[in-house]
Amino acid sequence: MSRLETRFAELRAANRSALVTFITAGDPEVDATAPALHALVAGGADVLEVGMPFSDPEAEGPTIQRANERSLAAGTRLADVFGCVATFRTTDDSTPVVLMGYLNSILRIGPREFARLASEAGVDGVIIVNLPPEEASEIRAEFDQYGMDLIFLVTPTTTPERAKLIADACTGFVYFVSLKGVTGASHFAIEPIADQLAHLRSVTDLPVLVGFGIKQGSHAAAVVAHADGAVVGAAVVETMAALSGAARLDKLTEQCLELRSGLDA
Amino acid sequence: MLNRYEAPDATGHFGEYGGAFVAETLTAALAELAQLYETAQSDPVFQREFDADLANFVGRPTPLYLASRLTESLGGAKVYLKREDLNHTGAHKVNNTIGQALLAKRMGKPRVIAETGAGQHGVATATVAARLGLECVVYMGAEDVERQSLNVYRMKLLGATVVPVDSGTRTLKDAMNEALRDWVTNVDNTHYIIGTVAGPHPFPMMVRNFQSVIGQEARSQILQAEGRLPDVLVACVGGGSNAIGLFHPFVDDPDVRMVGVEAGGLGVATGKHAAPLNDGVPGVLHGNKTYLMSDEDGQISATHSISAGLDYPGVGPEHSHLKDLGRAEYASATDDEALAAFRSLNQLEGIMPALESSHAIAWVIANAPAMSPEQIILVNLSGRGDKDINTVANLDGIGL
Repeated sequence: MSRLETRFAELRAANRSALVTFITAGDPEVDATAPALHALVAGGADVLEVGMPFSDPEAEGPTIQRANERSLAAGTRLADVFGCVATFRTTDDSTPVVLMGYLNSILRIGPREFARLASEAGVDGVIIVNLPPEEASEIRAEFDQYGMDLIFLVTPTTTPERAKLIADACTGFVYFVSLKGVTGASHFAIEPIADQLAHLRSVTDLPVLVGFGIKQGSHAAAVVAHADGAVVGAAVVETMAALSGAARLDKLTEQCLELRSGLDA
Repeated sequence: MLNRYEAPDATGHFGEYGGAFVAETLTAALAELAQLYETAQSDPVFQREFDADLANFVGRPTPLYLASRLTESLGGAKVYLKREDLNHTGAHKVNNTIGQALLAKRMGKPRVIAETGAGQHGVATATVAARLGLECVVYMGAEDVERQSLNVYRMKLLGATVVPVDSGTRTLKDAMNEALRDWVTNVDNTHYIIGTVAGPHPFPMMVRNFQSVIGQEARSQILQAEGRLPDVLVACVGGGSNAIGLFHPFVDDPDVRMVGVEAGGLGVATGKHAAPLNDGVPGVLHGNKTYLMSDEDGQISATHSISAGLDYPGVGPEHSHLKDLGRAEYASATDDEALAAFRSLNQLEGIMPALESSHAIAWVIANAPAMSPEQIILVNLSGRGDKDINTVANLDGIGL
């Protein structure tokens, strides 16, 4: 079983919802990433999303845009992204790590080489914001060689037929984007998407995670009845920028505990 | 040579380029747009509306003008200029914004957004929005807001909101990122009028078709003037809409050579340019696969051009396809060559070209002398240069 399968099986057995957190690799510098990932796990993160910084992050709101800019300004290379995961893996072999980013980061070195390096580093899956399933056959084939999961996104504008098509194309889990907008948006609400989530869960056996706009325990709590977990990005990325050293790590852990309390309530 | 040229395919691929690489939220809007456009294309009422607007609002057809003093001074091929600079709003951009605004109206979307580099597309969008009573927001790189202040003020006079974009390199690509973020947030009531033959399907095809009026007119005009087709078509290429508009109606005429001229900036060898077809590799940006300027990690490179409208690291996917097919060739002209061409056309013909279009003129100046007087070059003079007066004056050390 892959790390993602194992983790979701454990969560199901314990009747718990998944807490998934996102930070951008190399933000604000490469050495900050692995300790931050451990701090998130310490607070109860079940799955870690790690952003691959990109020069043109067209789906991100200002918070994660700036994280991308800070990381690139600090000189983060793709090799460093893999390095952050490898460093994290030296002391955590069970928490799944999913890279999230944009297609050009994969195309430039090629899907095969990307999958090989990611797999060696201990990456479990990849989410590519600007890759629809229709364009993914080559990448899927290369990723399958390394048991690398490929996760696509379903959104409020996705038709029911297409939601099934996307869910069928996913391995690992399905990512449901809670709102029309960019990351870090501030208009999260569960009611408008409840029916779509119910439909999505009826057409897939994979875990369904909800992200975009989830910043605190009360948001996460609202997700529990409708999905298998919540993804939190901008709220923890803000902590990466606002604090440093031990204060940053403590705050990340504290945020996860607060989110966890919402999920577990 | 080629069989009849047919591209893109049903899913928007020009060979291996194009496609629709967007955040899932936009997929439904793109499908709706493709469907609506297909219906409109075969609807005579839509075509009549479009043609009437081009005739009565834009002032088409634009003339095909024999540049006789330029021809004489170069001592080679005969040079004709397709005068897109004489369109209402001063460039070819309005051909496309008219078409897309009519589509927005059909979709019942009360708000349009656009990205702009030099400001020509922003002005053309603000203009049609004013005419149709649509709300209009234009995203423009903060650096371009500074170097194209005249067009910024024009857009404001037309009732548009101009949003300076401070992220990234503060130029056209960043404006396009921000426009995509707006669209993903406001997709229910907003149509994104992309200004060039790039972006996700159906934009590259749709914008090409709207701009093809340039080549259709030029074709019949040159046949009337010379009784034959030209030997060479020349157009500047940033995203490449004026070039595709000229080239497309000639693509099945194998004897007509097609030359796109990219922004060579300080010289292609210096890396400080905006010439992805000369010095780029295929990748994905802004919804399509195409030649891009990027580093070995796939990060998009900063570009340089004296011309804001060409200062873009990508290019429309159909140009990538035409390059790989060998059907079109892609040269470059440096900032200095474009400036020299700008001055020459002013002094020899009494025409002030946009700095973008000056790149095409620069190719003519470099290549016409080696051609014979029996040969014909047809250049797309895609826009007028009033907007660039401040830039040129600054280079001359003159503050206006």
